[in-house]
Amino acid sequence: MSIEVQNIKKTFGHFTALQNVSFQVPTGELVALLGPSGSGKTTLLRIIAGLEGADQGRVLFHGEDATHRNVGERRVGFVFQHYALFRHMTVFENVAFGLRVRPRRSRPAESEIRKTVHDLLSLVQLEQLADRYPSQLSGGQRQRVALARALAVRPQVLLLDEPFGALDAKVRKELRAWLRRLHDELHVTSVFVTHDQDEALEVADCVVVMNQGQIEQIGTPNEVFHHPATEFVMHFLGDVNTFHGRVDAGIVQFGSLELPFPEDRQQIAGDARVFIRPYDVTIDTKTNGLPSMEAKVVRVHSAGPLVRVDLLTSANQRLTSEISQERFATMNLQQESRVYVRPRHIRVFAGNSQR
Amino acid sequence: MAGSIALRHTAELTVQPRATTEPGIVRWLLISVALAFLVLFLFVPLIAVFVQALHKGLYAYLDALHQPDALAAIRLTLLTAAIAVPLNLIFGVAAAWAITKFEFVGKSLLITLIDVPFAVSPVISGLIFVLLFGLQGWLGPWLDNHDIKIIFAVPGIILATIFVTFPFVARELIPLMQEQGTEEEQAALVLGASGWQTFFRITLPNIKWGLLYGVILCNARAMGEFGAVSVVSGHIRGQTNTMPLYVEILYNEYSFAAAFAIASLLALLALVTLAAKSIVEWKAQQQLLADERSAMKESL
Repeated sequence: MSIEVQNIKKTFGHFTALQNVSFQVPTGELVALLGPSGSGKTTLLRIIAGLEGADQGRVLFHGEDATHRNVGERRVGFVFQHYALFRHMTVFENVAFGLRVRPRRSRPAESEIRKTVHDLLSLVQLEQLADRYPSQLSGGQRQRVALARALAVRPQVLLLDEPFGALDAKVRKELRAWLRRLHDELHVTSVFVTHDQDEALEVADCVVVMNQGQIEQIGTPNEVFHHPATEFVMHFLGDVNTFHGRVDAGIVQFGSLELPFPEDRQQIAGDARVFIRPYDVTIDTKTNGLPSMEAKVVRVHSAGPLVRVDLLTSANQRLTSEISQERFATMNLQQESRVYVRPRHIRVFAGNSQR
Repeated sequence: MAGSIALRHTAELTVQPRATTEPGIVRWLLISVALAFLVLFLFVPLIAVFVQALHKGLYAYLDALHQPDALAAIRLTLLTAAIAVPLNLIFGVAAAWAITKFEFVGKSLLITLIDVPFAVSPVISGLIFVLLFGLQGWLGPWLDNHDIKIIFAVPGIILATIFVTFPFVARELIPLMQEQGTEEEQAALVLGASGWQTFFRITLPNIKWGLLYGVILCNARAMGEFGAVSVVSGHIRGQTNTMPLYVEILYNEYSFAAAFAIASLLALLALVTLAAKSIVEWKAQQQLLADERSAMKESL
């Protein structure tokens, strides 16, 4: 079932949590709402679920207006950040809850409830823990119980609030891949909230980047990562080197470099911000004719898949480069080494039109 | 030199705890002062009540409890508690529920109001009801015209008791429910549970020990209340005397054995209350530990 959010606005007192937010989730997709804390992503998720009311705007499920349907009628599965498992119930009863509270007419028979719950528990690989209480489970196990509980009511939409936020790094990565596989199996339209860009880029079909109650960009992980629409997205989706420079007549000038404006946009002239991802900064020990900046090595971190080199240009600008271990091995970089730095790919935001 | 080194070594072993505790003599002194105080002010009176009650023999003791006036006082006390406690259970849960699960204007005022019965002297509480419902009070003439008796009658006693014991349940539940938050209730609602289902299946099981604890304290106070009830009761023997009031009357009439016999019942109630309270506290502690364990696991 598709979800559509139209012009949602929400304020808490004087604080504007959401201003004019609109987006669509096509049936069967897994969408990430990505943003820093306070960007309004959780509020938006709660409005979709019906746990919070919007001041303005509409929420449509499958093209039908659901704005005034109350939370129990929306048939959404909601996984809370801290799971909100019923602490006095066993894992089995937690998962069965949504079925047991149905009105007598539509309530499944006990045998059917047992079967559904056991199927779900085996889906989340927790069958052997059915009689445990939430306090006896690990964080990752609780997360999966919460998911099974949400799925028990056969939701048309699955909403997850920071699903991996409270877990340690290793479990997080495992569950991430597992959630993606589960989604490919079930194909239930899902929205999850996260502040972790790796998580969003790895798991989601589509990423909605939010900042200060507004949507900055909507796109596939590839689009938002390689073609960030705004400076905020550029900053938020990974480390980046920032330069202040000028554009004029299709040429961007920053530091000691002058490069052709990489994208064929309008011929604007004025101040510009130039962004270079660390892995787009190449280092050479000798100048080879191509335009480059002179810099000296401040620090080398070689423990990792890539070698990170912190540099200081002759114009006293800090920047970071990431090069492969092989390349690093051929160069013999030391602290204070003189090097020549060349950007492989730059991204320019000119004027004030871009935030 | 060797001697001093050895000495320093042992000193190191004992100095560490000594730094944080008092010398033995001070410890024993403090403990015995506390114990002596407890014995003198709590234990001896308790024993005295039972000794005095039984000093004319078991027969006299039972006879004192069998007097019609005594039985009437016991009955009235039980009736008062049987009405006041359930009502305060409902009021208390409703107030705590409203305060902890919803945001509304005047919330802090409500929290303050709940404490009023604790803040004012019980005698004043009783007096308020006399001023409201007494013959010279605001509603007195109207009540008199309709032949409704509240002051110097059973309804007044029940009203005063409800007022005085109101905060116990709410006070016990508010911090507990605040700590538990509303996420579990929200989860239940998303899963399609109705408001009542959410309350009975999620909220109530989570607060049951705290609730029971509040009810036990509420009951103890309802049965033992003297000041407020004394003002509104009128002390009519066999009709408007609760147990505490009856004890006073007997005492003033120099029927010490009978007075202590009734008092012994109240003392027994206190002991039972204490025992029940300890059990409930222990149970609640267990639940809290389980919650904490789970919280710890979460952070791991």
